Amino acid sequence: MTERRTIEVGAFARVEGEGALHVAVEGDRVAELRLQIYEPPRFFESFLRGRAASELPDLVARICGICPVAYQMSVVHALEQIFGVRIDPAIRSLRRLYYAGEWLESHLLHMMFLAAPDYLGLDDALAIARTQRGEVERALRLRRLGNRILELLGGRPVNPVGVVVGGFVRIPTRGELAALGDDLRRARGEAEALLRWFQGLPVPRRPQEVELVALRHPHEYPMNEGRIVSSAGLDVAAGEFDSAFEETQVEHSTALHCHIHGRGSYMVGPLARVLLNRDRLSPTGEAAFASLADRFEAPDPAASVFARGIEVLQAFDAALEAIDGFEPPPAPHPAWRPCAGRAAWATEAPRGVLWVELATEVSGHVREIRIVPPTSQNQARIEDDLRGLVPGLLKLSDDQVRRRCEAAIRDYDPCISCATHFLTLELERRPPRCASS
Amino acid sequence: MNGKPKLAVFKFASCDGCQVSVLNLEEELLALAERVDIAFFLEATSRIDPGPYDVALVEGSITTEEDVERIHRVRAASRTLVTIGVCATSGGIQALRNTADVEAWKREVYPHPEWIRALPTSTPISDHVKVDAEIQGCPVNKHQVLRVLLRALLGATPDLPGASVCMECKRRGQVCVLVAKGSPCLGPITRAGCGALCPSLGRDCYACFGPADDPNPASLAERLQQLGVSRRDVVLRLRGVAGWRPEFRAVADRLEGGRD
Repeated sequence: MTERRTIEVGAFARVEGEGALHVAVEGDRVAELRLQIYEPPRFFESFLRGRAASELPDLVARICGICPVAYQMSVVHALEQIFGVRIDPAIRSLRRLYYAGEWLESHLLHMMFLAAPDYLGLDDALAIARTQRGEVERALRLRRLGNRILELLGGRPVNPVGVVVGGFVRIPTRGELAALGDDLRRARGEAEALLRWFQGLPVPRRPQEVELVALRHPHEYPMNEGRIVSSAGLDVAAGEFDSAFEETQVEHSTALHCHIHGRGSYMVGPLARVLLNRDRLSPTGEAAFASLADRFEAPDPAASVFARGIEVLQAFDAALEAIDGFEPPPAPHPAWRPCAGRAAWATEAPRGVLWVELATEVSGHVREIRIVPPTSQNQARIEDDLRGLVPGLLKLSDDQVRRRCEAAIRDYDPCISCATHFLTLELERRPPRCASS
Repeated sequence: MNGKPKLAVFKFASCDGCQVSVLNLEEELLALAERVDIAFFLEATSRIDPGPYDVALVEGSITTEEDVERIHRVRAASRTLVTIGVCATSGGIQALRNTADVEAWKREVYPHPEWIRALPTSTPISDHVKVDAEIQGCPVNKHQVLRVLLRALLGATPDLPGASVCMECKRRGQVCVLVAKGSPCLGPITRAGCGALCPSLGRDCYACFGPADDPNPASLAERLQQLGVSRRDVVLRLRGVAGWRPEFRAVADRLEGGRD
């Protein structure tokens, strides 16, 4: 008689938001696997209806405490499309600086606080700090530079208040930007050293077949603009999102799942961005990629931490490019008039493509808004990844299975409040069904 | 662990921004971790100490039946319970559902609304359990969190400002954006604590720290309409991130009903 084992884990840590993982195993076969997202929905898409266009950058920031810039940027670009607002090149460049700030803040939080404890078998970064305080402090110093960018353009790092349709509330002075530029230049060597430290850690390997999706820009590493492309040849404008992707609801999640029509799950995020945009990396980004080439031969979600490290360098370069080329715009933002219309836009949040579609009334108030965050897009992919991972883990103890699954989920840096919206793991081991029954 | 006081951080419905603000304490957090035992903080650590805790920081609002039960368990396990941020202290931006038809909203977003378990309201923690101290802000000011935490550990009561943002503007020598530019600033009715962030950038405050002590939103609403803000937009401004606070809600309801 085959033993039946059930494993339940109360809570899943170092992930933004609330969820659980349920796995049922029959013999060596995964019978059921559900990434259960039970974070209660906050109904943003509903209560944003009827709000004024001018309020939207402040309101959508509240979707996520880690990636408010991404929501602000996708939404203001959509509004600018509708209202026909021309973006001054200086504003465009400051928006790349602003986004670079969020990539630094979010990627460094993930790398040191959420992911690194997995590679060292520790509970948290505080435990890392007990033996390698200098490493943790270096990551904190680098992250603080990201927060400084957000403070300079947005006033504060969480729920920044500086974004308006057409530009910013206030344009930094040349002196403020120059001082920031000096500090970024001084710290770039530390960002390279941080990535080298991660290269020395036992980061697991999990190469797999997966369709990668990211934005692609004619000559820049994508942040605020670009077409949505994939490793399997997809190439659509933001307005054609529905022709390529479908959102469906599953009973075990308050976040909608996304698939590519006719093909299934896909992956967005730093790994997809780096692999689809290698030719757009800065020289330091490319040098870092080359030093990690064996980790990028086949798509491997576990290598996402290295993609984040490369993007930290990329963010430094994007920020410095914006700072060094700065010419003050004629005004912090142009005057604009609301009108009725509809537009879609996508930008690259730290966790991947963030798509929005907005329709406005003549007064500019929101008639309809749809938001597809990166974590809902990755949900189906995370389940497929774990279905491939679990059969190879069954000789391990329940606790080890749980740790490996949690770490694999963390590779996607899920932002569950965004997607609706942490995770407990239940592993149920059932006896294999008789072949004859 | 070594008799150090135990700190726990809990999340309910929220964006995590207040927890991120706690993480943004950075080196101060490392120093704090030497003095207190961070016993439960899921966003930052896999360690799960079942309590009891000396101080619990609670982020987020109550929006599900399960969370109603969970906040009672948190209360029972915590000597001092401090709510952090406007979701926990007023229901948050998601309290905009409280006057809407949530069942209809579920049908709009989800093909299977019957799978979604959510209460029709988003309510502050103090509606459910006794709260020992509240820290306002969307997000909280991390220095206020540290200050309240250290005082709580010493057994002292919190000492947060109750005056309006106007007071902080005056202290900074900031030109009034309401008077000088006619911006629809909510600073006169909003609690201090941000350091007059928005006015210092040259823009209007939108009340993310909730109401100041004894605010007069009716008078400010009238002034905003005199400045040319439509009644619809004045109502929207009062129904913002802290819109469920009774001080703001009463005036917004009255304006919306056309009885101003």
